Amino acid sequence: MKPFTPEIDFDNTVISIRGLYKSFGSNHVLRGVDLDVHKGENVVVLGRSGTGKSVLIKIIAGLLKPDAGTVNVLGLEVEHLDNQSLRELRMKVGFCFQNGALYDSMTVGENLAFPIIRNQPKVRSAQRAKLVDVVLDAVGLSNTIDQMPSELSGGQRKRIGIARTLILRPDIMLYDEPTAGLDPITCTEINNLINEVQRRFNTSSIIITHDLTCAKVTGDNIAVMKEGQFIRQGNFDTVFATGDDLIKEFYDYNFIQ
Amino acid sequence: MEPNEQPEKPFISKGADDFFINVYEIFRFIARFFREALRRPWEVKEFIHQCYMIGYKSLALISLTGFITGLVFTKQSRPSLAEFGATSWLPSLISIAVVRALAPLVTALICAGKVGSSIGAELASMKVTEQVDAMEVSAINPFKYLVVTRVLATTVCIPLLMCYTAVVGLAGSYLDVHLNEQTSLIAFIQKAFVNISFLDLGASLFKSTVFGFTIGIVSAYLGYNASQGTQGVGKAANVSVVVSMFLIFIEEIVIVQIVNSIR
Ligand SMILES: Nc1ncnc2c1ncn2[C@@H]1O[C@H](COP(=O)(O)OP(=O)(O)OP(=O)(O)O)[C@@H](O)[C@H]1O
Ligand SMILES: [Mg+2]
Repeated sequence: MKPFTPEIDFDNTVISIRGLYKSFGSNHVLRGVDLDVHKGENVVVLGRSGTGKSVLIKIIAGLLKPDAGTVNVLGLEVEHLDNQSLRELRMKVGFCFQNGALYDSMTVGENLAFPIIRNQPKVRSAQRAKLVDVVLDAVGLSNTIDQMPSELSGGQRKRIGIARTLILRPDIMLYDEPTAGLDPITCTEINNLINEVQRRFNTSSIIITHDLTCAKVTGDNIAVMKEGQFIRQGNFDTVFATGDDLIKEFYDYNFIQ
Repeated sequence: MEPNEQPEKPFISKGADDFFINVYEIFRFIARFFREALRRPWEVKEFIHQCYMIGYKSLALISLTGFITGLVFTKQSRPSLAEFGATSWLPSLISIAVVRALAPLVTALICAGKVGSSIGAELASMKVTEQVDAMEVSAINPFKYLVVTRVLATTVCIPLLMCYTAVVGLAGSYLDVHLNEQTSLIAFIQKAFVNISFLDLGASLFKSTVFGFTIGIVSAYLGYNASQGTQGVGKAANVSVVVSMFLIFIEEIVIVQIVNSIR
């Protein structure tokens, strides 16, 4: 299990979700979600495929609108922000997509520079190159700067995706299935990277996964989602110590694979 | 406060509802286009890049089609005129046909095929691989960066390409007239332009602008709203071409009626 992280500030809640509902037509995806993320904390959201984990973080990032409930990020109600404030908030919230979502018409270097060029046009190109080097180095892929995304492996794409998110120095990181579809060694590398980002860039994170190893290694707090609700929260051992069938089912399901 | 469980009943029928919802969405998309296009900052660099991709990269195909259209049309018209011994009218006949109808239509149809499908496919693949969302979450306005630049580029480039097609088409025609009637270039030009009015030219430019906007907005709409999955990409490309071409013909008929009533 992950050792206790002393940097967590439990008096400072950076994300606070209350009574969140979201449906698509007759498909009720989220049915009353409550969640708190404290400063410096890694919260893992565990759940089977299709339970609405991606929908949850898309609502946090303001990509989807909730039907009911409140989402408070860094003290702001995401739903009610005007365009300008939402833009400012988004610079502080990094979103790592399931498959990296790299811009495939640009090289890795251009992908990383793009958010800076767009959002901080005053930054000069020499300084921008330096920022790109720093994040590329942080994810350990300095040699790929001139490659196209199509030339990278799945794990490399995810790491570049993380780097592109880090370049704006966000306070909050949202990871969508960072280890899905990767071999165990690459998974370990990504898990270590997530923990290193937490320490080095002092971020609070939500990590969405159905990979128990990832949950165990990276999570300070684990929330298990089933049918659009959190059925259990706590650290890894408390969540999985229970004899609850739902949890056991999930545990077995994961280890049989 | 569970949202109610009953499935919504359609107003007319499911198909008709979907159709009207789609029409409404398209008008909202167009309204958003104008709103964002007028708001600073303008994406000048990306606009120029798109003009290069859309305009310049279509030149080769347009040159070939335009030239052949002019040449073949001249060849095929000659026998009918020859019956009346009126082959000397060829240049003015052809120039009217090319400027009023052929150049705008040929350009628009070629571009609907080439540019429409590529915009539809490109935006759809960016959408389904979450690149559009990725822009959004890094505080970049994807509508402005992706949609506005492309629609403006087609709207500006297609009238220019139309002029180019007309010139190339007339060149093809001249080649044939020169070989058969030994007309000199100067004589050809004089005869060709004697019947072309500013109304003809203006109407064609206007028509091409409308065609360009149609191609851009239709393919951008379909690409930008592509449904999830890779087959959404192929579908967006395909439907972009079909719908653009269909609308181009409708617009052609309407505009011809209006222009003829002015003439
Ligand atoms: N934009 C959308 N429109 C309609 N339905 C959607 C949309 N996004 C998600 N859904 C539906 O919401 C449900 C949950 O989707 P979500 O992507 O959140 O699952 P997930 O928990 O992230 O699963 P996975 O582990 O496979 O990524 C699915 O049934 C999906 O069909
Ligand atoms: Mg997901």
